[in-house]
Amino acid sequence: MGRYLLRRLLQLVPVFIGTTFMIYALVWAVPGDPFAGKCGERRCPDQYIAFMTDKYHLDQNIFVQYATYMQNLLKGDFGQTFSGRSINDIIATAYPNTLKLAVVALLIEAGIGLTAGVLTGLRRNGFLDNLVLVSTLFLIALPVFVVGFVLQWLFGVQWQLVKPTVSSEMRFSELIIPGFVLGSASMAYIARVARTSIAENRRADYVRTAIAKGLPMRRVVGVHLLRNSLIPVVTLLGTDLGALMGGAIVTEGIFQINGIGRQVYRSIVTKESATVVSIVVVLVLVYLLMNLVVDLLYAALDPRIRYE
Amino acid sequence: MSDPSTASIVSTPRPEQPGEIGAPANAGLPESARKEKPRGLLGDAWRDLRRKPLFWISSAFIVLFVLMAAFPSLFSAGDAVNGTLANSLGKPSANAWFGYDVQGRDVYARVIYGARASVVVALLSVVGTMLVGGTMGVIAGYRGGWVDSLLSRIADVFFGLPFVLGAIVILTTFNGSGTSNSKWQIMALVIASLVVLTWPVVMRLMRSSVLATKEADYIVAARALGAGTGRIILKHLLPNCLAPLLVYGTIMVGSFIGAEATLSFLGVGLKSPVVSWGIMISEAQNYIRVAPFLLFFPAAFLVTAVLSFVMLGEAVREALDPKLR
Repeated sequence: MGRYLLRRLLQLVPVFIGTTFMIYALVWAVPGDPFAGKCGERRCPDQYIAFMTDKYHLDQNIFVQYATYMQNLLKGDFGQTFSGRSINDIIATAYPNTLKLAVVALLIEAGIGLTAGVLTGLRRNGFLDNLVLVSTLFLIALPVFVVGFVLQWLFGVQWQLVKPTVSSEMRFSELIIPGFVLGSASMAYIARVARTSIAENRRADYVRTAIAKGLPMRRVVGVHLLRNSLIPVVTLLGTDLGALMGGAIVTEGIFQINGIGRQVYRSIVTKESATVVSIVVVLVLVYLLMNLVVDLLYAALDPRIRYE
Repeated sequence: MSDPSTASIVSTPRPEQPGEIGAPANAGLPESARKEKPRGLLGDAWRDLRRKPLFWISSAFIVLFVLMAAFPSLFSAGDAVNGTLANSLGKPSANAWFGYDVQGRDVYARVIYGARASVVVALLSVVGTMLVGGTMGVIAGYRGGWVDSLLSRIADVFFGLPFVLGAIVILTTFNGSGTSNSKWQIMALVIASLVVLTWPVVMRLMRSSVLATKEADYIVAARALGAGTGRIILKHLLPNCLAPLLVYGTIMVGSFIGAEATLSFLGVGLKSPVVSWGIMISEAQNYIRVAPFLLFFPAAFLVTAVLSFVMLGEAVREALDPKLR
């Protein structure tokens, strides 16, 4: 187990460096003046340009710049924005909001998706089964921003059940609609995967044995069937949590949640290169680590899987 | 079954044997047996598909959207680009079925003309992704060893980037505000960023199916007969690995239409005066309280287009997967 973990962590290093370097190069090595429009209508004073060039090592080649950035990063310093605000600060204020939204989305998608999947997997080809199949198809096909707008318009504007946007306090009740929007596509995948998995294992020998032993149906489904069928669902949930924590640009934009996705989008638009790189570094790291955690969870869930 | 020596072999469909695609298996059979000739995987799938209403409905929609993209003037005589300000935010009426937007442009005409950008971008991106990912996958799976490890790690690098984030960074770099790219350059950029960020998925798919078929008997036999690498890959490996790719490709067209709209919506993809559903939805969001129909019609077209490709993919998958029969 320890050696497996070590090998996987070592494998992460080149992927991490490759991804972050790619972003770094894209953001910083763009042809064009990095100071265009930074000082309002007029040209930036030479002093400012000289100071900034020195501060961000812009006169060196991209590899040296990247190496310096990484060195600072290892010390826990993400650097500063052009206006001098600490990027650590920005991430620290925005990330909790994203995490809250991600957790709500995960709870909603796991709750609804699993219930729908288990119910339809146990009784296939009924009315409920067809209903779930059609509605999951819709959820998979709808782009997130369309779902977001339609729900925002229906619940926020037309029926006025909730406020159309989320306040800065991020109350749980306000997050239900955005969480549903964010998790809608994954909810459909979870329902489908759970359904297939349950339907497949329903015919397995151990289920028949358990029923033959006279166990109550609740125990057969709850203990024997679910535990063996949940492995693919857990994979999906884990990778999804990684994606949820980084992919909320559209949802956070629609509902005006001050999270990491909205922050990174704003930084890209305003060309705050240092902020963009730092946030992407965090997101990539979270995503890669989540994938690792999912693989380790396999062994805990399924004793047949062993890592030596 | 009067003559078991031929009939029993020939008349049994064998969907579980993927090696029959395109093989001239029925050559030299008696005339009576030819009516029930053995079908390959694709032939079998086609027979299955023909009986599905879902397949016909989604294909009909797809044909409609492709026609719309190719000849928009067939569907609408209106002007999609120029409007009359006097009509601004006009409600749907007999003159303009879907109403007018804030510039007084006919929404129906715009929705029709918007199909072209979406369909062209999605189709070309899928072709690009298939070519890049498929080639990488075949090379990685067939060569194995260090080539495989290297390609897989490169794929991991691109896979680790969240899609929307990566696309925004790429597109603002090359297509940010202040650049003066032409319509076709912007389209090419959007296509390129979709391909760059999604090829690893196709590569993994292709690699695993190549790995699964590589050691099959017919490949070993072909090699023993002296077939070269190129011939083995083109004639034996590719036809047998194509089925999952076909399914994934169809579904991908749908999701790419959605992705293109998302990027245009965020303001980094296609830009006005190009007409596209994403741009229309993005423009509609400011008038959502006064004119919800501005949001509704482009969104409905977008969703229908995405749904028809996804449903077609589902139908093809069910037909191709013998386990589900």
